[in-house]
Amino acid sequence: MSTITAEPVTSTAPAAPRGQVTQARVLRSEWIKMRTLRSTFWTLAAALIALIGLGALFCTFTASRWASFNPHERADFEPTLTSLRGYFLAQLAIGVLGVLMITGEYATGMIRATLAAVPTRLPVLWAKAGLYAAVVWVVATVGSLIAFLLGQGILSSKHIGTSLSAPGVARVVFGAGLYLTVVGLLGVAIGALIRNTAGGIATVFGLLLVVPVLFEALPSSWANHVNQWLPSNAGQSLVTLHHQAHTLSPWTGFTVFLLYGLVALAGAAYLLKRRDA
Amino acid sequence: MIEAHALSKRYGERAAVTDLSFTVRPGVVTGFLGPNGAGKSTTMRMILGLDAPTSGSVTVNGKAYARHRAPLHEVGAMLEARAIHTGRTAYNHLLALAATTGIPQRRVDEVIEIVGLREAARKRVGGFSLGMGQRLGIASALLGDPATLVLDEPVNGLDPEGILWIRNLLKDLAAQGRTVLLSSHLMSEMSLTAEHLIVIGRGRLIADTSVAEFVRGAAGGSVRVRTEEADRLRTLLAGPDVSVASAERSVLEVSGLTSDRIGRIAADAGIALAELTPQLASLEEAFMELTRDAVEFQAPAREPALAKEGQAA
Ligand SMILES: Nc1ncnc2c1ncn2[C@@H]1O[C@H](COP(=O)(O)OP(=O)(O)OP(=O)(O)O)[C@@H](O)[C@H]1O
Ligand SMILES: [Mg+2]
Repeated sequence: MSTITAEPVTSTAPAAPRGQVTQARVLRSEWIKMRTLRSTFWTLAAALIALIGLGALFCTFTASRWASFNPHERADFEPTLTSLRGYFLAQLAIGVLGVLMITGEYATGMIRATLAAVPTRLPVLWAKAGLYAAVVWVVATVGSLIAFLLGQGILSSKHIGTSLSAPGVARVVFGAGLYLTVVGLLGVAIGALIRNTAGGIATVFGLLLVVPVLFEALPSSWANHVNQWLPSNAGQSLVTLHHQAHTLSPWTGFTVFLLYGLVALAGAAYLLKRRDA
Repeated sequence: MIEAHALSKRYGERAAVTDLSFTVRPGVVTGFLGPNGAGKSTTMRMILGLDAPTSGSVTVNGKAYARHRAPLHEVGAMLEARAIHTGRTAYNHLLALAATTGIPQRRVDEVIEIVGLREAARKRVGGFSLGMGQRLGIASALLGDPATLVLDEPVNGLDPEGILWIRNLLKDLAAQGRTVLLSSHLMSEMSLTAEHLIVIGRGRLIADTSVAEFVRGAAGGSVRVRTEEADRLRTLLAGPDVSVASAERSVLEVSGLTSDRIGRIAADAGIALAELTPQLASLEEAFMELTRDAVEFQAPAREPALAKEGQAA
């Protein structure tokens, strides 16, 4: 029972350069960690249900009430956005899971085992952020496509649907996936900055949902200039079909949102290197 | 080999470790002792590069831990309070750690076998008992087949069988030429497991000595011997630094000789011993004596209560 079966190691001849830590290996390790937690599946499933289910719900509702819509309501109706409306709720699930990717390890103490295994630390952050962003991108893009196609299928019964080939529509559908990907990235970065689940989630929600509302209170001469640069407002420019006054153009807006995410990640990297685990 | 040079750590105003220098050598189990809050866990975190020293340095095999390219093969660690995500199974926990340095799955199965967790390996860690958690911690430490082991209170929460198991495991690992450092509050446990002792209190070094020496120096440290030929043994044991007391006819309380030495003398003379017991309570007392001024959290009626506990142990 108490024998070590592997080859003995003497301290005068320490381990040969067997397994060194590489970014690829850390990525593999983080992938194992990610897929072996139930919360990953449940949260992503929740995001998908929100994305697809809400879209289908709004489309069904619209299709059934279309006959009673007045001309003004009909003019306001936007089939692409109606089918994708669920992304607004899905972002919460994705932001929360992003935070948990990091804070789950702090809460359980796992982070110490992780950082002892990878003492250079940064590969862990890159792996977590990159992996989560990739997974969210796949899930959110597929989810958006399904939500869109399902929604348009429902709307087509009243001939009020649209198609991916209509101008700007593909950009919005894939844009929803990209927006959610950056939300995930922001979640990971904020999780690493705050290191506490409740605080991290509150910060993500505050940044995405509360800050834009607070800034509405500014006098409109300011608000018109400032608000378009707020993270979620900037990012959501990409998920908007028709350009409105005082919003950034789609790709400018998305780039600004991405920069927020990357700056937060850079800050997280700096602190991860410096702080005690 | 772990070498600490003038290691200090402050958390804000609080000095957790102060000017600590010591060397942990390969080939023997080294016990790291100190009362609660002495700075043992802090020192171990600094060894593993998890906490940065405020000043001073600590190296493992000549290099700061973080500079080793294959850290899991260099040092296996088990930290305080289970550094394990409760939502994952034991097997997946080990698999994820192993992946960081490309340790094969075969080795994961191996360490699970070594620590006797085969039945529980596919269960989520959240439902583990304290002892199972400790075993998983030890499995993590063994993953990379490291030349150095750093274990923070590995015996905590283990049942007697588990304690015996870990004691033998650690001795075997040291006998293979590895460096083994383990922390504890219990002198009696250390005297059975460790050969060398580093004692700290309030973050400062109090003693760096072999267990044998500590035992010899322990105030009133004595060995209880029971034999039918008590009188004959008594004369054989007599010496300038040796005192022998006798409460019953067949029982001797010997001070100034180790149990090893007494056993050898008896064997050479062909005397059969019915009992040969180092008096552990006195070891515990010696430890408390040593760290008395350095105890962080002192209960008012400390001594009577603890002395009784020591006797019972
Ligand atoms: N992260 C931290 N922040 C602030 N103070 C800390 C921190 N870690 C440890 N300390 C303080 O440093 C001192 C040493 O703590 P440490 O945990 O190293 O002691 P220990 O010897 O392991 O104690 P125990 O036997 O109870 O495990 C304590 O006073 C503790 O309060
Ligand atoms: Mg401790």
